[in-house]
Amino acid sequence: MNVKELYQKTDGWLDSFGREERSLIAVLQAIQEEYSYLPREVFPYLAKEMNLNEAQIYGVATFYENFSLEAKGKYVIKVCDGTACHVRKSVPILNKLRQELKLDDGRKTTDDQLFTVETVSCLGACGLAPALTVNGEVHAAMTPEKAVALLAELRREA
Amino acid sequence: MMKEYMLIDKIPVPIEGEKNILALVQKAGIDMPTFCYYSELSVYGACRMCMVEDDRGNMHAACSTPPKAGMSVVTNSARLRKYRKNILELLLANHCRDCTTCEKSESCRLKELARRFYIEDVRFPNGKTEPERDESSVCISIDHSKCILCGDCVRMCNEVQNVGAISFVGRGSKMEVGTAFKVPIANTQCVGCGQCSAVCPTGAIVVQKNVTRTWEAIYDPNTVVVAQIAPAVRAGVAKELGEENGVIAAGKIFAAMRRMGFNHVYDTTTGADLTVTEEAAEFLERLKDDGPFPMFTSCCPAWIRYAENKHPELMPNISTCRSPMQMFGSVIKEYFEHNEKTAGKRIFSVAVMPCTAKKYEAIRPEFKRPDGTDTIDAIITTQELIQMIHEAGIDFKNISPESSSMPFGGTSGAGVIFGVTGGVTEAVLRNVEPDKTYSALQQIAMSGVRGLEGVKETTYQVGDQELKIAVVSGLGNAEKLIRKVQSGEAFYHLIEVMACPRGCIAGAGQPFARSREKAERAKNLYTTDNMTQIKRSESNPAIDEIYAKYIGRKAHSLLHVHYKVKKK
Repeated sequence: MNVKELYQKTDGWLDSFGREERSLIAVLQAIQEEYSYLPREVFPYLAKEMNLNEAQIYGVATFYENFSLEAKGKYVIKVCDGTACHVRKSVPILNKLRQELKLDDGRKTTDDQLFTVETVSCLGACGLAPALTVNGEVHAAMTPEKAVALLAELRREA
Repeated sequence: MMKEYMLIDKIPVPIEGEKNILALVQKAGIDMPTFCYYSELSVYGACRMCMVEDDRGNMHAACSTPPKAGMSVVTNSARLRKYRKNILELLLANHCRDCTTCEKSESCRLKELARRFYIEDVRFPNGKTEPERDESSVCISIDHSKCILCGDCVRMCNEVQNVGAISFVGRGSKMEVGTAFKVPIANTQCVGCGQCSAVCPTGAIVVQKNVTRTWEAIYDPNTVVVAQIAPAVRAGVAKELGEENGVIAAGKIFAAMRRMGFNHVYDTTTGADLTVTEEAAEFLERLKDDGPFPMFTSCCPAWIRYAENKHPELMPNISTCRSPMQMFGSVIKEYFEHNEKTAGKRIFSVAVMPCTAKKYEAIRPEFKRPDGTDTIDAIITTQELIQMIHEAGIDFKNISPESSSMPFGGTSGAGVIFGVTGGVTEAVLRNVEPDKTYSALQQIAMSGVRGLEGVKETTYQVGDQELKIAVVSGLGNAEKLIRKVQSGEAFYHLIEVMACPRGCIAGAGQPFARSREKAERAKNLYTTDNMTQIKRSESNPAIDEIYAKYIGRKAHSLLHVHYKVKKK
């Protein structure tokens, strides 16, 4: 992690969103957008710049499911588990992916930093259920078998 | 103007600027059950125990609803009772129920309310998690499995103390009170003030204990146990030991401690007199040399740690004087190790303190003696002392008071008032004021240094110099004042800082007390001052004796400290 660069970029976001307490979530989102997660090094820096405490920022970062504190893989797979996808059997897809990649509820990213598997509450693509996204791109009407094929394809591509 | 009224349980209660219905309910003589409400913290409204029901059958949390003229509420109804019992049952379902081995047992709010609402059985399976302890700090210990998430500690740490070591972490059923990245509390900005434990209604945050270590030293025939007792302790023990709240019990404490087997018992007020002498000299020196100003007091170890963490640039402004405990501790070890009667025996130095941060001060490397041992070997909080007195079975109420041991027996009124905010400043002023008459003493007392407010600003004329003085208690108040000083908005010669709101009498090592009881403790310390013939530290004959006979040329190295400033 290039800390100097991280601080520089963070300064930019702090300048545009403001250093008040209320800007915290916007700044965190900008950091996550850039790095795909919230690097630990940014916490003390934000605490100092925004006149908050690290524990407070950590509290916000852990409150929202959307914020991640761990670096993510090259391919972020989000399996939808909204109501529509759930009743059309999204859980077996998730389980299959985790089984293939040796991941579980606590371990979301593979050791080779290639894949991250997460769940999401609703992608808003209920008509395509069960759906998942790979780096934002939607894959419709998935099955466990199709998910395995998708993994193989992504591996070839990588 | 016509007075406005609200009906509480059909009784009209006048609204006199109360911010919430809860205050009115209390005024109506009802002790509302609460977990998350403290008048000095912001309103959180989490526990829902203080619900009241209005005429239309609507429920309101009394703590977070402003009073309205003509509104009528009841504090006790079939529905309210059912809800309160339900809340308690749900809390208990998720809580450790090993009350016999829980140290908060006697003062646990959860237990108290569970008994009060007569919870006979908990319908839900006990989801009590295994104890998850964080024992990393020498000041406090945290057990997450006893936490009811009332947030009192979080608000105390953030709002009142501006330390912010803990926050709510996670969400929903996984939420807990934690540090950033769940690092051990000792590795955070925690200053050890322990105020979190003072407001914790359960045994989730408690003070680390040194009781066993102290008993072991007492039982060891080759160890001489020497104790000193801080000013605030004498005002804090009484209620728990069956006496009138706040009664000054120094003499009885000395007697009880001798009964328990302490070999020598001294009064930290003697140490405070040393501090005044040194600190006043340093202050006069700075007045002569034109700074650096403001000079901050150095008695409070939580404040020292706060400054190190958040304001390392202020370290040169902090007086180099050791705290009274450390000064006296140095003198005690110096004396007993060179005393023929005790030479060759192990000297175990115990300090009885109202404070949890002292436990950290005691292990600081700056206070290691040349031979590598600590100046103070164990810190016993007021609560721990009470526990030891109970353990020994001493009938405190009927024990005859005794005096402290010799030498260093003399004390002054100036030393006693160290236990309350403003006391250090008043003691220093008594020293630097050249006019030693009674009226000068009165003038100092009336100069605005007394009172339990969080921030006091005053000026005092000494000769042709007008001294600008600020007295703050509570680290959040200190932070606000520091910002004013650093922005150039304010200037002071002397700033007294005590980390705990109202000073040491309200330290986290003291038994739990409400505001009124804390005020009584303060009043009683001032009464003791009134009753002491020697008012000024420098008039205490023990001080001259200590300088002349026991510490001599070592005075500076024994009584001062230079904290190593950490590079950020």
